[in-house]
Amino acid sequence: MKARIGHIASNTFREAVRDRVLYNLIAFALLMSGAAILVGQISIDIERLVVVNLGLTAVSLFGVVIAIFIGIGLVSKEIEKKTLYTVLSRPVRRWEFIVGKFFGLAGTLAVNTFFMAIGVFAALLYVSHQFQASDGWILVALYFIVLQFLIVTSLALLFSSFSSPLLSAVFAFSLFIIGSFAEDLRGFAAMAHGLGRWLATGAAYLVPNLSALNVINSVAHAQPVSSQLILANSVYALLYAGMALCGAVLIFERRDLK
Amino acid sequence: MRLTRFQPIAISAACNVFGNGENRRSKPGRSRLAYNCGVERGSSSAGSFGASSHLISGMAAIEILGLEKIYSVGFWRKTPKCALKPLDLRVEEGEIFGFLGPNGAGKTTTLKLLMGLVFPTSGTAKILGREIDDPVVKAQIGFLPEQPYFYDYLTARELLEYYAELSGVDAGVRSAKVRQVLDRVGLHDAANLQLRKFSKGMLQRAGIAQAIVHDPKLLFFDEPMSGLDPMGRREVRDLMEELKREGKTVFFSTHILSDAEALCDRVAIIHQGELKGVGAVAELTSSVAGQVEVAWRGGAVPASLKSLVIESHVAGEMVRALISEDKQDAMLDGLRREGLRIISLTPVRSSLEEYYLRRVQPSMASAGARS
Amino acid sequence: MKPSSRITVIASGMLVVCLAASVVTLRKIDTIRKGATLEEVLYITSPKVLKRLSLGYNGLLADIYWTRAVQYFGRNFHDETGKYTLLAPLLEITTALDPQLIVAYEYGANFLAPAVPGGAGMPEQAIELTEYGIRNNPDNWRLYYDLGFIYYQDLKDYKKAAEAFERGSEVPGAHPWLKLLAALMAEHAGDIQTSRLLWTATYENSADKNIRANAAAHLRALQVDQDVPALEELASKYHERTGHWPGSFRELAEAGMIPGMPVDPLGKPYKLMADGRVVVGDPDDLPFIQKGIPEGYKPPPKPKVLPIE
Repeated sequence: MKARIGHIASNTFREAVRDRVLYNLIAFALLMSGAAILVGQISIDIERLVVVNLGLTAVSLFGVVIAIFIGIGLVSKEIEKKTLYTVLSRPVRRWEFIVGKFFGLAGTLAVNTFFMAIGVFAALLYVSHQFQASDGWILVALYFIVLQFLIVTSLALLFSSFSSPLLSAVFAFSLFIIGSFAEDLRGFAAMAHGLGRWLATGAAYLVPNLSALNVINSVAHAQPVSSQLILANSVYALLYAGMALCGAVLIFERRDLK
Repeated sequence: MRLTRFQPIAISAACNVFGNGENRRSKPGRSRLAYNCGVERGSSSAGSFGASSHLISGMAAIEILGLEKIYSVGFWRKTPKCALKPLDLRVEEGEIFGFLGPNGAGKTTTLKLLMGLVFPTSGTAKILGREIDDPVVKAQIGFLPEQPYFYDYLTARELLEYYAELSGVDAGVRSAKVRQVLDRVGLHDAANLQLRKFSKGMLQRAGIAQAIVHDPKLLFFDEPMSGLDPMGRREVRDLMEELKREGKTVFFSTHILSDAEALCDRVAIIHQGELKGVGAVAELTSSVAGQVEVAWRGGAVPASLKSLVIESHVAGEMVRALISEDKQDAMLDGLRREGLRIISLTPVRSSLEEYYLRRVQPSMASAGARS
Repeated sequence: MKPSSRITVIASGMLVVCLAASVVTLRKIDTIRKGATLEEVLYITSPKVLKRLSLGYNGLLADIYWTRAVQYFGRNFHDETGKYTLLAPLLEITTALDPQLIVAYEYGANFLAPAVPGGAGMPEQAIELTEYGIRNNPDNWRLYYDLGFIYYQDLKDYKKAAEAFERGSEVPGAHPWLKLLAALMAEHAGDIQTSRLLWTATYENSADKNIRANAAAHLRALQVDQDVPALEELASKYHERTGHWPGSFRELAEAGMIPGMPVDPLGKPYKLMADGRVVVGDPDDLPFIQKGIPEGYKPPPKPKVLPIE
């Protein structure tokens, strides 16, 4: 069982790589280099700020775009192209397929983030000429970004299991935007009354809490991140991704592959 | 009366296997008892065809009981579309079974139901005596879908390795098996070529390769010859016969009757989701009224033999005459007496095509009348 | 041949468990991150850049920041911190993103300008904010009113207040009181009646419930500030007449000096002290009073502004 999931995951990774996904790293590298050089010309004291802010935001956005674009096709493309037929006629369970795909894409994003992290730190070194102790928090921010990818990937996969690529992209992207304002949504819900309050509260808790995973600004200002938050966010991301995957499995298990 | 080509199959009495229960002579070793060939449900009686039938003991390779699939089409008002009416079918181990029918008849639906890709509305099916989704079963079947498309970013070797992994082929022997299979289907030179560069024929071969790489007992092919040139089709036919010789069971669907006639032990005919006929090819294409066609070099039928001849036809230097089977010896003697050179002696049989059209046409005609 | 029921059960069960657990974790995260989103506001050094970054969706972003400002204000109100440090940046960013969000300027006038604990204690910033609002909304008379209000209430600059009211009165459709207020500034700025007029104007012209509650509290305080000296004067007269201070209000009533038992605007009876001073029964309920405060009374860190009925 584990072996099959592993094989599906590594094949998904291979597909992403051969689809030239990793070329996005080139665009990223250009962006970071350009920013680092430009910023070095502006006034002192904010170069670090700009590099960290820009770098981490780019890592986050590039990754989310990749997660959505590849994620929406993970299942629907296989059904459309009928490559799934020869896979499922083998002793591969449908849920193993979903889980394998998830790990494949998550792994791709993790590798992608790793290389981007190197880029960010390289740019940081260029403008600051040395690392500070507080730069360690950037790693936490990157870890949170990876957690965010897990959530977005699982959502894209969920939508891919029943919906066309276009709709999946719209849903996933919408949830990403709303999730980035999840805390505000909860505040909103707290101020509403009656039926609206119930609906808003329900929605506010179902939407992924991506705003808590965004500590980019804080680490840019060299603020520490509480270990409580690190733990809570990790647990939350795993639970949320698990939830979306269960949904995907439930849907895919009973789907007729026409 | 159509004069048909030679088929090296035993002569048997004309028999419409359907519910007539007429006496048949069965060729030893080739015939099988045909169960459940009725269209109506519930006619699942065994042994209804006379004492001469052979009883098959043990488990069937494929056993389908009342398998039905109704799709609900449409977003708002769900209109039901029946893709497969309740189907009863049994396929024995070691035979090549052909599933015939026009396009849209329900062949692919049946295969998908057997592969577990779609779920039946009712009915069951068992493969090798087990449930369809049993992983033990899945490790022993190979599937080649219609017009297959594989991960085109992989090379042939990588594709087969991947599929072998998924089918649980032991890591130690995997590479060897992959190489073996690639050689067998003739893709040895293209092993490291990405599939996106493959021609249609090469893709089909890759498809067969992935179906056999894990050495399964049963093979399911959906239109395996489609889109192939005559040489490709010949290769696939040879391969299928090879597989049968290795003791494997092959279940394939096609709408090309000549392939079915050449390869299959038994066939089933399906049309508009309904099973129209099942039987051994031998029996379905049995000869008509014991007639024989004699051909000799000459210009006309000799007067002394004219009484024996039912029909005759002259083409160039050759005469073909249709005679009754029991007059066969008299005819041959007569021709020799006349000093004529005999070219061939052929039993006259209805072809599978005729049988097929008989089964399919009434429904097509009535469908035409309805619409 | 059917979808595996085992998988269905396991997956459904896991789904429910994960959902429940995620909600619990979410609440935990919210408490950990209390106010963290808001504090990020301190890091936005340039609202103009933020406006450009919002790629044209500044209206939506303004609404989000406004919602945060209201929540922030409400939370601080209820948390008894009495501090409104983030109010200024929140309002500045909101109005930078959407200069036509009038209610934001009103908040500035009512809660940014007043001294702690009633407000953030930043009258200059409030003035700047309101002037910015006037520049962007020159035809909105309310903003001139707000400006005059700040000068009057918190800076006690009656001349500038008069100017603001005067400017406002010239806007077409302006409230007729603006002209009146401009005139009053000249001579009767210190009068309680003027104050009353202003707070009544605020109360009646604002739709926001926080602003109205605040105005109502001020009006109640003004009432007390009128009542207490009046009552103390009566007590003094009684003392003159009888030679001793009245023991309770009943004596004054029996002497025909007051029609009944005097109560404060919330209905609680005033207390008469032995030395003739009058104090309110429950000073916590009446923030902003300047008279009638019991001796040694320490006001709570944040004023208890009751919701209006």
